[in-house]
Amino acid sequence: MSPLRAAVLIALAGFVVLYLRSPRDPRLAFRYLRWVLLLGASLLVLAPFAWLVCAVFKDKSVLNEYVFLPPPSTWDTTLNLDNFRRLFKGEDTVQGKVFFWQYVLNSVFFASAVTVVQLVLCSAAGYALAKFEFYGKRALMGFMLGSMMVPAVLLFAPIYEMMVKFGLINTYHGVVVPSLVSAYGIFLFRQAIVSVPNEMIDAGRVDGASELGIYLRLVMPLVRPMSAAFCLITFLTQWNAFFQPSIFLQSQDMLTLPVVLNLYLGLYQNDYGVFLAGTAVAIIPPAILFFALEKEFISGLTSGAVKG
Amino acid sequence: MQDKSRRFTPLWFLLPYLVYALVFTVYPMFNAGTLAFYQTNGPASKSFVGFDNFRFLFSDEMFHKALWNTTVFALFSVFLQLPLSMGLALLLNSSQGRAKAIVRLVLFSPNLVGQIFVGILFYVLLTPRYGLVNRILHELVGWGLDEQWLGNPALVMPAIVLTSLWIWVGFNMIYFLAALQGVDKSLEEAARIDGATPFQVFWNVTLPSMRQVVVFVVVTSIIGSYQLFELPLALLASSDGRGPDNAGLTVVTYLYEVGFNAGDLGLGSAIGWLVALIIFVLSMLQIRASRVTEDA
Repeated sequence: MSPLRAAVLIALAGFVVLYLRSPRDPRLAFRYLRWVLLLGASLLVLAPFAWLVCAVFKDKSVLNEYVFLPPPSTWDTTLNLDNFRRLFKGEDTVQGKVFFWQYVLNSVFFASAVTVVQLVLCSAAGYALAKFEFYGKRALMGFMLGSMMVPAVLLFAPIYEMMVKFGLINTYHGVVVPSLVSAYGIFLFRQAIVSVPNEMIDAGRVDGASELGIYLRLVMPLVRPMSAAFCLITFLTQWNAFFQPSIFLQSQDMLTLPVVLNLYLGLYQNDYGVFLAGTAVAIIPPAILFFALEKEFISGLTSGAVKG
Repeated sequence: MQDKSRRFTPLWFLLPYLVYALVFTVYPMFNAGTLAFYQTNGPASKSFVGFDNFRFLFSDEMFHKALWNTTVFALFSVFLQLPLSMGLALLLNSSQGRAKAIVRLVLFSPNLVGQIFVGILFYVLLTPRYGLVNRILHELVGWGLDEQWLGNPALVMPAIVLTSLWIWVGFNMIYFLAALQGVDKSLEEAARIDGATPFQVFWNVTLPSMRQVVVFVVVTSIIGSYQLFELPLALLASSDGRGPDNAGLTVVTYLYEVGFNAGDLGLGSAIGWLVALIIFVLSMLQIRASRVTEDA
């Protein structure tokens, strides 16, 4: 019997034993079962990550020999940084020699640029919708909700055509400009800013603050947790974005990580080490950001759905 | 009370969005409407063809295949993935403390990884004989060691569904978990005292009181499923996201291929409109259905 199957059977046998000991009051047994199931699910979710971390350090010759890590006594021959060395050694392209660092920097640049611009524009619009009454507000919000229902794929072809007309294909602007504001982000900020007390804003006005000053110095500091969540969500979305960069960019030295790694998949075929190392590099920045801002992230994510 | 000098203030704050919406939402939508009636060859040349694009799609077997595959995927999302998410949310909801926070974090974590990266990872995890998935299945149930997940037409969709479970089960669980925390505990307690089984309590008390979130999650899952593209593109990279016998071809993959690789943006727009229409109808049906149960 395989060790894995044995472990599962033993875990389930534990439940049966606990249940039979006190069938009248099976609370303990069910509590045990609950944690076994949650632990099992967690292990299944973590296994691919653990596998990836092990795989990128394994020498090509032993990649398939061991499931996770080889035995420690063989480590000086079986584990090395060869995959990363090959990943970062650079490749010859039409644009000259391009190093993998370039793609990392491109991704950081695109994701950061979009995040910063969206933070400013979405929060400004969210503030206007939360704290001002004006003609056509209801219609505007209805339009925004409707525009969120329009699937992005519908707009790619006409936007592409437009970008060609404006000469924005294969430029840095071309990737950033179509995602400068999002209706989703505006709603998130509106929801957060609505709970800022009106008295504070009026007090600011009485003290002679300008409208811009009220937005920047009074409102924005109060919605800082929301802003953090928003930045994280936006950064991750852009970091992982594939469709737009893949149709708007052509020069090799301008590509982002998802586009390049998808190309590597075809290029390196069965030589897994290189594109797995690239994938590991691409996962690190979002992981760091997420662990730093985990609480804000989850509350930002669910605030739209639960508060309704 | 606002005085006159502030009448235009909201306009200034909204101006960037208004310009953006005109250029990148209203105009492209209008344009997508007209583009669908043209045949184009790259963005430069186009000629009016009337309803020919739609007529072509209605008889195009490749498009039917793509639509079928995508629909199968959407069904799995709603009827397999969401119940699993709900199950995990229920298990986690009755737990407390640090362990709960850690499990929640772990189950959610795959969602941070972009679909392309997940596709690359599972492309290797699903290799016959050596892939982690094949090995785990073999250890657990004694089957699957030599299965060619991505080379066998019958197994391509299961492979995509499996990978999508890894990404999204934890993601949707977060929503259900948040909704469960808002459910009135005294109602559940009352039902339990009246002798309802745990399943009856869940079905008749818990689920109805989180209806709003369930509808939200189902609708967004359907919308997301019909836009499935990057995951199969990476998983099935050796056949440009089609898979053997086109078993992994989705409508958006088809749109990408026709519109951007082959350069017929007109036909691409027509596909886009059909996808948008399907998503719209399904979302409306879903929202309508939830209203009906609310009234009953």
